[in-house]
Amino acid sequence: MHLHKYEKIWLLFGIGSLVVFLFVVGYGAFWQGTHPQSHGVTIDPNNIESNEAFKPENLGLTKVDEDEYIINIAASAFYYDLGKDEEGNSVRTIRIPKGSKVLWQAATKDVIHGFHVAGTNVNMMVEPGYVSSLETIMDNPGTYTIVCNEYCGIGHHMMYATVEVYE
Amino acid sequence: MQLAKNESQPKTSLQALPISKPESRLYMSYISVAFISLLIGGLMGLLQVLVRSGKFTLPAGIDYYQVLTVHGVILGLVLTTYFIIGFHFSLMGKTVGISIKQRKIAWIAFWIMVVGTVMTAVTILYGEASVLYTFYAPLRAHPVFYIGLALVIVGSWIAGFVNWHQLKVWKKAHPGEKSPLLAFMVTINTAMWFICSLGVAVAVLVQFIPWSLGYAETINVLLSRTLFWYFGHPLVYFWLLPAYMAWYAIIPKIIGGKIFSDSLARLSFVLFLFFSIPVGFHHQLTEPGIDPTWKFIQVVLTFMVIIPSLMTAFSMFATFEITGRRKGAKGLFGWFKKLPWKDVRFLAPFIGMLAFIPGGAGGIINASHQMNALIHNTIWVTGHFHLTVATTVMLTFFGISYWLIPHLRGRKLTPQINRLGIIQAIVWTVGMTIMSGAMHIQGLLGAPRRSSYSEYGGGEQVSEWIGYQLAQAVGGTILFIGILLMVYIFIKLTFFAPKGEEEFPIAEEEDDAEETPAWFENWKLWIGITVALILAAYTVPVIDIVQHSPLGSVPFDFPIGR
Repeated sequence: MHLHKYEKIWLLFGIGSLVVFLFVVGYGAFWQGTHPQSHGVTIDPNNIESNEAFKPENLGLTKVDEDEYIINIAASAFYYDLGKDEEGNSVRTIRIPKGSKVLWQAATKDVIHGFHVAGTNVNMMVEPGYVSSLETIMDNPGTYTIVCNEYCGIGHHMMYATVEVYE
Repeated sequence: MQLAKNESQPKTSLQALPISKPESRLYMSYISVAFISLLIGGLMGLLQVLVRSGKFTLPAGIDYYQVLTVHGVILGLVLTTYFIIGFHFSLMGKTVGISIKQRKIAWIAFWIMVVGTVMTAVTILYGEASVLYTFYAPLRAHPVFYIGLALVIVGSWIAGFVNWHQLKVWKKAHPGEKSPLLAFMVTINTAMWFICSLGVAVAVLVQFIPWSLGYAETINVLLSRTLFWYFGHPLVYFWLLPAYMAWYAIIPKIIGGKIFSDSLARLSFVLFLFFSIPVGFHHQLTEPGIDPTWKFIQVVLTFMVIIPSLMTAFSMFATFEITGRRKGAKGLFGWFKKLPWKDVRFLAPFIGMLAFIPGGAGGIINASHQMNALIHNTIWVTGHFHLTVATTVMLTFFGISYWLIPHLRGRKLTPQINRLGIIQAIVWTVGMTIMSGAMHIQGLLGAPRRSSYSEYGGGEQVSEWIGYQLAQAVGGTILFIGILLMVYIFIKLTFFAPKGEEEFPIAEEEDDAEETPAWFENWKLWIGITVALILAAYTVPVIDIVQHSPLGSVPFDFPIGR
């Protein structure tokens, strides 16, 4: 089969760039550990409280060390349960100091939900039967809205919470 | 075989066959459903952008997500499938012919699809299926919704089987000849469609229908999503390849040129067949239950389609330049002026080609493994596919309609309709630039897709988003005007344009073109490689998903208001 000379140059350049690009993506994923979340940790979809992390008292923010936190979230249509504060009110805003290392863990009690700290790469599908988790360092101070970004029903757009990263 | 080929194979196996009245009635029936869908689906789109502007609420208790389900199902599944099958049949009828028996079976396919579409539509209108066109479990729609979808798929299969049979009959009558280019392309696209829709058919028949009827208590959610996306990505290539057919084999004729290379066109279609299917994980990158190494393998396979895409871009612009130079163009870019800018049959698809440059670039970002986390499920993705399917593919389909409909109806594309078509293409471009541009930016800021208007408790980020939603409402309204124009043009071309003969443009090869190698007709090899790639990409991760699956999910009705 005949290929025009210019076409050969064009394809060579194109395929060459593609190889370089895929190498960069692969290097980031395998050597620098930037894989998207994939842990395959399962949970009983009918009883997420059977997992220690999603017992009501463990929901929300837990400080594990200096500048190290775990945030556990129980998602259900159409609500993110972030636990209760000292007065027994439902937590709607989580505050963490800038530069903290945060382990986000989410599970759903019913249908599929999304979990996106808008404007960051903390973006996970939350599916029945699995624990979604991602570790990240919250570097940039600001107020972030957590939105459910996978359709979960007629109240989908009312499902949100807030994260404040303070200096 | 080899000897016979050298002796008898003509340079072009082009022989435009006449299209009879009963044939054109069949093709027009498919295409008419597509344009009715365009009007309904477009109206739903208008309602969505208006709601999301925050200045408008839906009357009579209609739910946003019901409207969104109609929009996705009717434009993504109904319009595209009907138009494509009508176009496929027209191409096959023109290049290899259709027998009376084949035509009858094609009608059966049409009616099965119509029954399926109506069943699905009724459940959505009654609010029993507000699950969006992806119908992710464990949200449960009415069983009739799933059964209707299955019928649409089965109907489309029958149409594809007829296409294969048409080519087979032709090849028997023309031993040793290469199949006509357009018939070859239709066969590739229907083969891809059949192989990929097997996945969603299995999900619907084995998982969803028994579960929605209550015969199965639970459903394996991750498996159902994997089967859906095994189908969901080739679905977008099923939309795109008919546009490529027009670009490779029809546009050159419209601009007064020849096909750049017959074998190159065939090779790119074969590569699309290989690399469209074993890639579904790039839609599931942020899911918790799939091994990241397998995600990465499918990411690499995804990017292989860049190769035929680059080949297509080269071929298009080579054809444009060669044609322009033959018409006497001088200088490096003089040929650009020789293109028929005032011919809507060229202009609309050309804008579509241009839109595919940012569309393709956005697609590379979407599929880039870890980069996906920035935009996954944000409205950036909606902006992306409104460039690719709703601009590249749709403008090419409109470009096809301007000659195909009058050809089938024995009418003429008049200068007035041509001018109206140019206005339509410009209106579409302006509206889409505003709407899709605003969606892309808003998505980068983190705003979710598939969501009704919400202030999310009044966060500072959100106030930024709403300005872009206003821009989308402006763009969407302009697009709706474009849809009204297009539907008017459709009615005009179908019923009122003056009688006459409109050309069915099929480009020819150069007189001194090199012969297309005979191995392109080796269908067993192409299907074999396709299946091998699918098995390589999916066997291990699917076994892993099944073996390590959690307890299944019971159905949920209340979230969708059932």
